[in-house]
Amino acid sequence: MEAIVNQLPIGLSIGAVLLLIALGLTFTFGQMGVINMAHGEFIMAGAYTAYLLQGWAGRQAVLVALPVAFAVAGLMGLILERTAIRHFYGRPLDTLLLTWGVSLVLQQLARDLFGAPNVQVQAPAWLQGGLGILPYNRLFIFALAVGSVVAIWGYMNRTSHGRRMQAVMQNRQLAAVMGINTGRVDQRTFFIGSGLAGIAGVALTLIGPVGPALGTYYIVDAFLVVVAGGLGQLRGAVIAAVALGLLNSYAEFWTNASLAKVIVFVAIIAFLQVRPQGMFVLRSRALT
Amino acid sequence: MRNSAWRIGAVVAVLATGLAACGGQSSTTGGGTAAAGGDASSIKVGILHSLSGTMAISEVTVRDSELLAIEEINAAGGVLGKKLVPVVEDGASDWPTFAEKATKLIAQDKVATVFGGWTSASRKAMLPVFEKRKALLWYPVQYEGLESSPYIFYTGATTNQQIVPGLDYLKEKGKKRIFLVGSDYVFPRTANKIIKAYAAANGMQVLGEEYTPLGHTEYSTLVNKVVQAKPDAVFNTLNGDSNVAFFKQLKSAGVTAEQMPVMSVSVAEEEVKGIGVDNIAGHLVAWNYYQTTDNPANKKFVEAFKAKYGPDRVTSDPMEAGYNAVYLWAEAVKKAGSTEVEAVKKAAGGITLDRPEGSVTIDGENQHIYKTARIGVIETDGQIKEVWNSGKPIKPDPYLKTYPWAGGLA
Repeated sequence: MEAIVNQLPIGLSIGAVLLLIALGLTFTFGQMGVINMAHGEFIMAGAYTAYLLQGWAGRQAVLVALPVAFAVAGLMGLILERTAIRHFYGRPLDTLLLTWGVSLVLQQLARDLFGAPNVQVQAPAWLQGGLGILPYNRLFIFALAVGSVVAIWGYMNRTSHGRRMQAVMQNRQLAAVMGINTGRVDQRTFFIGSGLAGIAGVALTLIGPVGPALGTYYIVDAFLVVVAGGLGQLRGAVIAAVALGLLNSYAEFWTNASLAKVIVFVAIIAFLQVRPQGMFVLRSRALT
Repeated sequence: MRNSAWRIGAVVAVLATGLAACGGQSSTTGGGTAAAGGDASSIKVGILHSLSGTMAISEVTVRDSELLAIEEINAAGGVLGKKLVPVVEDGASDWPTFAEKATKLIAQDKVATVFGGWTSASRKAMLPVFEKRKALLWYPVQYEGLESSPYIFYTGATTNQQIVPGLDYLKEKGKKRIFLVGSDYVFPRTANKIIKAYAAANGMQVLGEEYTPLGHTEYSTLVNKVVQAKPDAVFNTLNGDSNVAFFKQLKSAGVTAEQMPVMSVSVAEEEVKGIGVDNIAGHLVAWNYYQTTDNPANKKFVEAFKAKYGPDRVTSDPMEAGYNAVYLWAEAVKKAGSTEVEAVKKAAGGITLDRPEGSVTIDGENQHIYKTARIGVIETDGQIKEVWNSGKPIKPDPYLKTYPWAGGLA
C-alpha cells in the first residue's frame, strides 16, 4: 500500500519531466506544424550549456544555466528556422527528413566537441536529499515545469506578441491580412520553442546522462505528449504529460519498465482512435 | 595551438557528421592506396567499433587503446618486419552495420584480423560473417559466456572470471539477499540466469529481477521497488547511459553504498566520470583490470595513453583488453611467422604475456584468456581501489562446465 502511495508523486514527477521536454514542441510542432526532430538536440545543447558553465559557476551552474541555455538553444532554433526550415513550410515530410539530418549532425558535432563519453554536471548542494520518497531535484523540476507553464500562459495571453502568435496559429492568412508580420512571428515562436528545450536540457542534467545521445532518449516521449494533448494546446500538453507520467509509473510498478512502455504506447494509440486530434482541439474557422 | 586544434576538430566534425548523416562513416588511417591486404611493407588490420550512436560512449575508448597498441608495435619495428596499418570502421551502434562493415573489412580491405565489437548483439551479428569467411575477430569486452567460436578470440572476461567472483565476494561479505537490475538484452538476461543458479546453490536469495530497455533514463519507479524490497546488495548489469540515470536517481532517493552497495559489471573508470563520482562513490565493481592496478606494464600503459590522448583521459578494463588483443595477435603472428588465419590460431594457444592486468595466457581450446579477477570499490577521486583479487589468473570456462550448480544453464 505504501508503495502504491509512493508511486503517485513519482508519477507526477515523471509527468513534470515529460511536460518540460514537450513544452517547446507544443510551440514548434503544435503551433507551427513543424516536425522538428532536432528538438532533442536542443535539449542536449541546454544540458551541455550547464556543463560548460560549471567551470565558471561551479555547483550553482544549474541555476545560472537556465537563462543561458534558453538563449543558446533558442538561437540554435532561430538559425535552423531562418536557414532551413522556413523554406520547407507546408512540406511536413521534407521537414521531418531535414530536421532528422540536422539532429544527426548536431549529435556528431557534440561527440567531436565534448567527446563521446558522458560528462557530469554537479547538482547544487541544496538539491541533495529530499522529502520522503521525493528528492529535492525532482521537486525542483516540478517547480520549473509549473513555472514554465505559467510564464508561457502569461506570454500567450497577456502580451501583444503572444496574442499575435495565437492569431497566426489560428489563421495565418487572415493574420497576415491584418498586418501581422507572420515571418517575424514564426521566428519568435521558434526561438521560444527551442529555448524551452534548452531549459528542459538543464533540468535533465539532474536526473540523467549528459551525452551526445541525450536528445534521442526524450524526443519520442515529447512528441507523444504533444500529439495526445492536442496540437498547440498548452492545457492539453499539461494534462497529457501528467496522465502519461502517472500511467507510466503505475504500469511500471505492476509490470516492468519494458512492458510499461508498451502499455503507454497502446494506451495512446487507443486514445487517438477515439480522439484523433488529441484531448483538446483548436476550433477555428480557417479552411485549412 | 589550442586554436588550430579546434579548427582541425571543426573541419573533421563537419566532414564526419556529413558522412555520418549519409549512413555511416569510414576512414582509413594512412596506406589508403596500399594493395589489398597491405603491401610488402605493411599489414592491414581492421578496427570495428561504434563511433556514433548510443554505444559510442564506450567503444570509442577501446578504439583509442587499440590504435595506441598498433602505434607502439610499429614504433618497435612492426610485425614480421612490416608496419601495421589500421583500417577504422564505424559500427554505428547498429548490429546489421557491424556485420556489413565486417564483411567490407574482410572482403574489400583484406585485413589480416579485426579488433572490434562491444555489445553481445554486435558480436552475435558479426560471428556468422567471420565463421563463413574464416577470418579472425578479437573481441575485447567481458560478456555472458556460453559461446566459443573458432574464429573469435575473447580477450575480455567470461562469466567465471567476473560475475562468479563478484558473487563470491558478496557472499563472503554476508550480502545474501540481492536484487538484480539489468538492461533488457542478451548479456543481462544470461548473466542473471547464472546469478540465480549460483544464488540457489549458495543459499542466497534473489528478491527481485528488473529489466529496462537500453537507453532508459527514468528510474524512480525501479528505485522505489528496490527500496521496498530492502536487499543487502544490488547486482547491476545495466549498460550504457542508463547507468548514469540509475545511479543519480538512486543517490537522490537517499540510498547509500554503506546500506545497499551496488555491484556493477559494466561500469568502469570511463563511466564513473559521466555518472559523477559523488553519485557512485563507495559502490562496487567487478573487473580484471583497473587504472590503479599496480605493476610496471600498467604504469607504462597509463603513461603512454595519457601522453597520446591527454592527461584527463582514464584507462579501463575493456580498453586494456582491446590493447592486449593487439599485442596477443601480434605475438601469435610472430610465432606463426605468417598472418594466415589458421596458422595464427594454432600459434596463439599457450601464449603468455605480461600485460597491465598481470599475466595473461591464451587458452588454445576455447580461445578465451586466463585472467585475474579483481573486485574494486569506487573512490571519491573517480579511481577504483582494488579490495580483493583471485590471486592468480583464472582458467576461462565459458560454459561453466566446472561448476556443478551451472549444470542446467548451457
